Amino acid sequence: MKIFKLVLIAVALVASGTAQAACGFKNSVSLKSLTAGFQAWKSVTSAMAECGNFEPVLDQEFRKKQPTAFSANPALYQIGGVSNGTMVPLLNEGTIRPLDSLVTKHGQHLKPNQLIKIDGKIMAVAMMVNAQHFMYREDIFNNLGIAVPGTYGEVLAVAEKIKQAGVVDYPLGGTYKAGWNLAEEFINMYLGFGGAFFGSGNSPTVNNIEGIVTLETMKELTMYMDPEYLVSDSTYVQKQFQQGKIAMANLWATRAGAMDDAAESQVVGKVQFSSAPAPTAGNRPASTLWWDGIVIAKNISDTQAEAAFRVAMEGLDSEMVQANNADAIWLIDGYAPGKAAKGASDTAANGAVPYPASKQMGMMHTALGNGIADFLIGKKDARTALADIEAAYTTSAKEAGLL
Amino acid sequence: MKFKTFALFVGPSVFLMFLFIAAPLFSVFWQSFHLTKPVFETVEVETCTPGFTGQTCVVEKKTRPVFDAQGKPKTETTFVGLQSYRNLIEPDRAFPAMVDGDWTKLLTIDFWKALRFTLTFTFITLPLVIAVGFAIALAVNNTLRALRGPVIFLSLLPFIITPVIGALAIRWLFIGDGIMTALLEWWLERDIALFAQGWTIELLMLFYRVWHAAPFAFVVLYAGLQTVNQDALESAIIDGANRWERLRYIVIPHLMPLLIFISLIHLMDTYRVFEEVVGFSSQAHVISLQWLTYDFLTPDDSGSRSIGRASASAMLTMIGIAIILVPLLRRTWRDHKEG
Repeated sequence: MKIFKLVLIAVALVASGTAQAACGFKNSVSLKSLTAGFQAWKSVTSAMAECGNFEPVLDQEFRKKQPTAFSANPALYQIGGVSNGTMVPLLNEGTIRPLDSLVTKHGQHLKPNQLIKIDGKIMAVAMMVNAQHFMYREDIFNNLGIAVPGTYGEVLAVAEKIKQAGVVDYPLGGTYKAGWNLAEEFINMYLGFGGAFFGSGNSPTVNNIEGIVTLETMKELTMYMDPEYLVSDSTYVQKQFQQGKIAMANLWATRAGAMDDAAESQVVGKVQFSSAPAPTAGNRPASTLWWDGIVIAKNISDTQAEAAFRVAMEGLDSEMVQANNADAIWLIDGYAPGKAAKGASDTAANGAVPYPASKQMGMMHTALGNGIADFLIGKKDARTALADIEAAYTTSAKEAGLL
Repeated sequence: MKFKTFALFVGPSVFLMFLFIAAPLFSVFWQSFHLTKPVFETVEVETCTPGFTGQTCVVEKKTRPVFDAQGKPKTETTFVGLQSYRNLIEPDRAFPAMVDGDWTKLLTIDFWKALRFTLTFTFITLPLVIAVGFAIALAVNNTLRALRGPVIFLSLLPFIITPVIGALAIRWLFIGDGIMTALLEWWLERDIALFAQGWTIELLMLFYRVWHAAPFAFVVLYAGLQTVNQDALESAIIDGANRWERLRYIVIPHLMPLLIFISLIHLMDTYRVFEEVVGFSSQAHVISLQWLTYDFLTPDDSGSRSIGRASASAMLTMIGIAIILVPLLRRTWRDHKEG
């Protein structure tokens, strides 16, 4: 027993020793974070953990937990990982704090591009940008003599060709899981067609010609997908790619690195990236730009907030980026854009807009996520589906006091 | 027993029942008639976000909440009468569809869709659970004494597994190219996608629930079988009754109170079907009433919850359970009075 304890102490000493080596200071305040669970967050939170006394929680359902966890007093987590969409609920409930003084004190190295300012106050520090872009199997495209499609019309033609050739199970992959993912696909395409979500006074305006063509394009695309598309999320599509079951997909930039991960991918080096296709020629790409970053809870002491910010800065330093360059398109100094960054930056260069995050957009996103499946499985026609989505949005917006 | 002793014994449990059952119930009832909204103002706000090349700042009109002195969003609560119930049932769309007999249209409304699934799910699983449970009980009762222990243990396993875990386990067997789907594809020599349409998911859900709930029926009925009057059975054999007749006229009447008990518990449990929807992620095709309540309570992408509609949905679920239990409770009451 004594020996066991000695070993434990030795291990702890070694561990804390390395922690001090990698982190600039020794953290003595107990801290927790709640973030999404994709690879970039794993890298960032493990870099933060080097400072000690830090417990990261990585959870893909974080968006449902964060608002409540942060409105507790004291807040259940000191550090939150958010994107432009998930920051809105926290802002609306006033549960995150302005970071101006902390940035002055500990964040001088941050690039101005990283500082998310709302009404003049820094509310978040961004670490990476994300967008959905086109990923395709270069080998299949070369063998069949196919050019990289620039519009969804071309995507459909390519899909037909690949289907005829029968080289993969399904030509296309898509994050069409009912709920958030499906709505995100609609929003991308709808914005690509130039649609607007709201009229005057927050009233919904999706039941129009752009809405209908968006739905019809989506339905045409599903013909070339795995028939279980309504349960396929980003991880599912990533695996389909890695196992060589699909030939192309419009997928998140954060998933690009996994294609060349020899431990899980059978298509290492075969996947290439390009701009997200536009709905039709002359439109902007069907994609939205996102950022991910950290926020600090309001309902904690100033000492905790300072420690939390310092730990977060350790997670967002150049050392972390150099060790995990391929995980994301980092905004942090020291990032060397690789082949995976090309698709996303082309998408941005072709005019994709930032995701229009707001309270009403959150409600619209939810209504879309619940309402589109009925159209895709043929229970409703496009016009009815859109009218029902508008009705669902109106009900929630009225309940929330927006209408 | 003296009243004072009785009160002392019962008091704590009455108090706890009031605290944990009656009070929350009243709170839900109250909330289903009220609505709490945050107060909003529309202002011009400058927002700066990172782009790929540099920062983009935009000034736009935004609707944002008003905060009080403590930094909490201001809210106001109003009495809205039946508004939450109306938002849930959507009578403006539901009733015309019912009058026209247009079921597909009615079933596109969440509440009615959920009600349809909940009811069919409840009433299809009920006879299956009883039949399967009874069959296992009879089989175990007739196996060798030495084998009974292991057989009982094996039959009880599905009942012991946490419902969500059981549902996930079955889902993973069948989703995509799961082991079972691959096996079926190999056997039938055709492509099968069990999660691509509603009815196959529903079949899996029914299968899962029967698999999960039958052991409960089995345990209760097996215990009941031990108390069947052996003299009556022997006299029946002498009178020339065959196995089926003995079952029909002696065993089943003896087990009747237990069958009613199992039905009551099963109806109450199954009307609250929830784990299956989450476990099989069937939201796109089928949803249940309990899942609907949960969905209203979950913050949407803007962080707001529909507490009013969730409360209304919970009240209606309770009323629904009460209604489907009426026939069984009436029968029990009648038996009780006759007894």
